[in-house]
Amino acid sequence: MGGINLSFFSFAWDILPSLLDGLRVTLVLTAVGIVIGTILGTFLALGKIYGNKPLSWFCRSYIEIFRGTPLLVQLFILYYGLPAWGLRLSPQMAAIIGLGLNSGAYSAEYLRGAIQSIGTGQMTAARSMGLTKSKSIFYVILPQAFRLVIPSWSNELIYLLKYTSLAYIINAPELMGHAKIIGAETFRYFEVFAVVAIIYLIVVVCLTGILDYLEKLMKIPGFETH
Amino acid sequence: MISFIENLNFSWSILPALLNGTIVTLELTFFSLLLGFAIGLPLGIGQVYGNKFISKVISFYERVVRSIPLLVILMLVFYGLPSVGLNLPAFLAAVIGIGVRSSAYQSQIFRGAIQSIKSGQLLAARSVGMTRFQAIRDITIPQALRRSIPPWTNEFTIVLKDTPLAYALGVVELLREGRYIIYSTFKPMVVFITAALIYFVLTRAGNSLLDYVNERLKIPGYETGRGMR
Repeated sequence: MGGINLSFFSFAWDILPSLLDGLRVTLVLTAVGIVIGTILGTFLALGKIYGNKPLSWFCRSYIEIFRGTPLLVQLFILYYGLPAWGLRLSPQMAAIIGLGLNSGAYSAEYLRGAIQSIGTGQMTAARSMGLTKSKSIFYVILPQAFRLVIPSWSNELIYLLKYTSLAYIINAPELMGHAKIIGAETFRYFEVFAVVAIIYLIVVVCLTGILDYLEKLMKIPGFETH
Repeated sequence: MISFIENLNFSWSILPALLNGTIVTLELTFFSLLLGFAIGLPLGIGQVYGNKFISKVISFYERVVRSIPLLVILMLVFYGLPSVGLNLPAFLAAVIGIGVRSSAYQSQIFRGAIQSIKSGQLLAARSVGMTRFQAIRDITIPQALRRSIPPWTNEFTIVLKDTPLAYALGVVELLREGRYIIYSTFKPMVVFITAALIYFVLTRAGNSLLDYVNERLKIPGYETGRGMR
């Protein structure tokens, strides 16, 4: 028993540098994906709520389509489909764009929920003080909505982190990709993926802790967010 | 315009092959949800009614399973288990992987639903002479199950949209069927968009069906809202 444990730990130690290399790509995919997703989601949510009919319809359709189809299919369209139209993306690029576009749809729905949970009185009050509609949205509604959306946004970030693993299927060299290569070389798949699972677990636990702290820090006093 | 019609015709011609894959996708969805239910419901009940130790263990299980990406779980089951002497066919491995992951989410759904049933219900049941077990089985659980339909609908959508991950294990579901068609036709865009359309229809149809079930089984006077992801 001791021998097995020892061999597992020394094996884990040996493959750690390569896996951490992959983790770096995973974290970059997550970070860029969430930034694109948040910005895109903000525009989509605003367009859906405040836009004129065609814009609102467009935003709604975008959200429905991206939430109604699997992320992997979206990645395949970007990575295997676009070259047929003459646009060849690198795996990382396809993954970042796919994760961003997908996350945008989910972020939009979270933000829409937050915006709509803010009483309409806020808008009326802002307008009655002479702010234009767009200024009311920018200075009054959005700052509150962003704070309210933090819990769901945190969830989205964790989801995104876990779903970056799909980038492996389109050959992006992130954590899973590195693991698969090591597995193929050593035939110790169980141990490799166990280490990978532990790495994800640690990252998710740390991230959750940070996000919980952020949530407490940014809470609007008197507003219940859960 | 002509090329659009050509594409439409092509899309129509590959539909039978894609529908073969769609059946496998539906089977994956069904069996994974079933496994998730079979594990998730007892876990949800255990977390509410079990002693401190049991509920600690269950919540640990939930946290761990929910923190690991599905793809890693699938790899552990399919590529990992053989190294400890357990060889599973790809389809079964996919169902186990997706099902176990879903069980963690489903147990949360059921735990929440059970906790939302007022404790007066249990007291009333006990006071008319039911045992604690009977009260839980015949009073709390049936109400909780009805309440969990809206979040469960959400879980159905997630599982359906995660079945393409079985592609990575070589299961010939909708997405892989699509890849096979591309090898002989070289039209990846049309094929994947058609596949996406099928997924979209399945998501919408499943949601409508479950919304209908929810409407039919709704407890009058109880309001339930559906979550988002």
